[in-house]
Amino acid sequence: MTSPTRHFHWLPRLLHWSMAVLIVAMLFIGIGMVGSVSSTHEALIRLHKPLGILILLLALLRVCTRLAARPPALPTTLPRWQKHAAHASHWLLYGLMIAMPLIGWAMLSAAGDPIVLGGGLRLPPIAPQSTLLYAYLRQAHTVLAFGLFATILGHVGAALHHGLIRRDGVFSSMARGRRRE
Amino acid sequence: MSASSPSAPSRRRQPWWWLVIACALVVPVLLFAYVAGWMTPDRLTPARFVDQFQHGGVHPGFRRNHAKGMCVSGYFQSNGAASRYSTASVFATDARTPVIGRFAVPGPNPVASDAAGPVRSLALRFTPEDGQQWRTAMNNSPVFVVATPAGFLARMIAHQPDPATGKPDPARIAAFRAAHPETRAFLAWAKATRPSSSWATQTYRSLDAFEFVDAEGHQHPVRWRMQSETPAPINDEGSGNDGLATDLQQRLAQGPLRWRLIVTLAQPGDPTDDATRAWPEDRPEVDAGTLVLTRAESQSEGPCRDINYDPTVLPNGIRISNDPLLPARSAVYALSHLRRTSEEAHVPGYPAVQPSATPQEHTP
Repeated sequence: MTSPTRHFHWLPRLLHWSMAVLIVAMLFIGIGMVGSVSSTHEALIRLHKPLGILILLLALLRVCTRLAARPPALPTTLPRWQKHAAHASHWLLYGLMIAMPLIGWAMLSAAGDPIVLGGGLRLPPIAPQSTLLYAYLRQAHTVLAFGLFATILGHVGAALHHGLIRRDGVFSSMARGRRRE
Repeated sequence: MSASSPSAPSRRRQPWWWLVIACALVVPVLLFAYVAGWMTPDRLTPARFVDQFQHGGVHPGFRRNHAKGMCVSGYFQSNGAASRYSTASVFATDARTPVIGRFAVPGPNPVASDAAGPVRSLALRFTPEDGQQWRTAMNNSPVFVVATPAGFLARMIAHQPDPATGKPDPARIAAFRAAHPETRAFLAWAKATRPSSSWATQTYRSLDAFEFVDAEGHQHPVRWRMQSETPAPINDEGSGNDGLATDLQQRLAQGPLRWRLIVTLAQPGDPTDDATRAWPEDRPEVDAGTLVLTRAESQSEGPCRDINYDPTVLPNGIRISNDPLLPARSAVYALSHLRRTSEEAHVPGYPAVQPSATPQEHTP
C-alpha cells in the first residue's frame, strides 16, 4: 500500500502548510485591523497588503502543481457525495485564495488609493477608478473572507474526520511524506 | 493517530475524537470573534465612532463627519526648502503637484449652519507624478480638542442630544470637560473665535504630528499648516447659514487663492503624541511652498466627493508619528467612506440605519 500516489509530493505539501499558516493569519489580521483604532490598525494594514500578494503568488503556484501532478486518489470506500464535496471544496478554496488578493488589489485601485507593499514597492492599479466598483468590491472582500473562513473550517473538519474517525490515509497524505521503510 | 496504516475505516465508536474535531472548529471561531471585537463591546472599534456620528440619523452618501463642504482644486508649488528634511517628491525644487481638496465645517449634518461653530477644515490630496499620494485633513484651530480616540468618543457621547429636550445636556458636557482638562486650550480658542465668513482667510493646521524622513534616513518630527495669504476682514460679519460656499465661489471668480505651507520642526521633548498641546512659538519653521487653489465645485459633483482624506496616506519621505489619533482617524474614515460609498452604489442593505427624513437644519 505504499504506491507513489498515496502521499502528496513535498512541494504541494510545503505549499499547503505554509499557505495554511499564512491564510489563517491573514483572516485574523483582516478582521483585527477593521476592528481596531489603535496603532495595531496601522501595523496590521502594513502586513495585510504584502501578505495578500504573497498568498496570491503561492496560490497560483499551488494551482500549477495541482494541475501538473494528480493528487493521491481518495479511498474507494468514500461515499460518492463526499468525493464530490472534497473535489468542489478544494477548487472553492483555490478560487477564494486567488480571488481575495485580487479583489483587495482591485478595490484599492477602484478607490484611487496607492497600493503600497512597503519598502517603497508599489503595485499598479488593476481596475478603473469607480466608486460603484469600489463599494461592491470592498463589500465582496468582507463577504468572501467569511466564506473563506467557513470553507477552511469545513476543510479542517473533513481532514480531521479522515484522520481521526475514518483513518483512511487521506489526512496523512498531506500531513507527511511516504515513510521510508 | 494510526493514520499511518491505511486500513479500512475504524468501526469503533470514538466519541472523544468527535469532541477533538468539534474543539478544533469552535476554538478558531471564538478566537476570530474575539479578534473582531465581537466579544468585547467596550473595545474602541471604528463602528462605535461611525455609529455615534450617525446617532442623529444617516444622510445617505454624505461623509459621517464634516458632512457639509465643497470641492476645490489647484496645485502645490514647491520651493525646495522642505526637501532638506523630507525626500517626498512634492517638496522637490520647483515641483508642481496637482491637488484636489475639500473645505468643510464639522459635524454629521450636510445642511448645518456655517455659523454653528468656529471650526473650518481643509483636506488635500496631492498626486505627484510618481504615483505616490499625500493626503492631509486639517482644521483651523491651533490645537485639537482631545488627545486620544477614547476622549473623542466620550466627547461625542457627552454632546449627544438628550431625548427629553432634544438638546445636549449641559451637565454631561460639564462633566466631560472636568474629566478632560486637555480640552481647555481648544475650548478657550473656540470661545474667543467668531465663526469666519470665509474659508479663504483661515489657516489650517495638521494638528497631529508627523515624521519627515530626509535623504540620510533621519527622522524630523513636524507639524504643518497652510497659512492663508488672504487677509481676513477687520470686522468679520460672520458667515450666515450658508455663506462660506458663496464666499469661496465669489473669491475664486476674482482669481486664485493662496496659502503658504509652513512646516514646524519639533525640538526634543515637544509632544508628538498629543494634539491638544501646541509646540512653543519659537520652533524653527520651513516655508515649503505655495498652495494655489483655482476652482471650486459642489461636493456632490466635484472630484473630492469620493476621496477618503485619510491622513495616514503618505508618500515616501513622510511617516505617521506616535500620535494615537492618526490610526483612529484612518480606521474611522475608512468605515465612513465604505458606508457612504455603499449608499452611493446602492449596495443592498445600505443605508443600514433609517435615513434622516428631513435633515436637521443647523444643529448647534
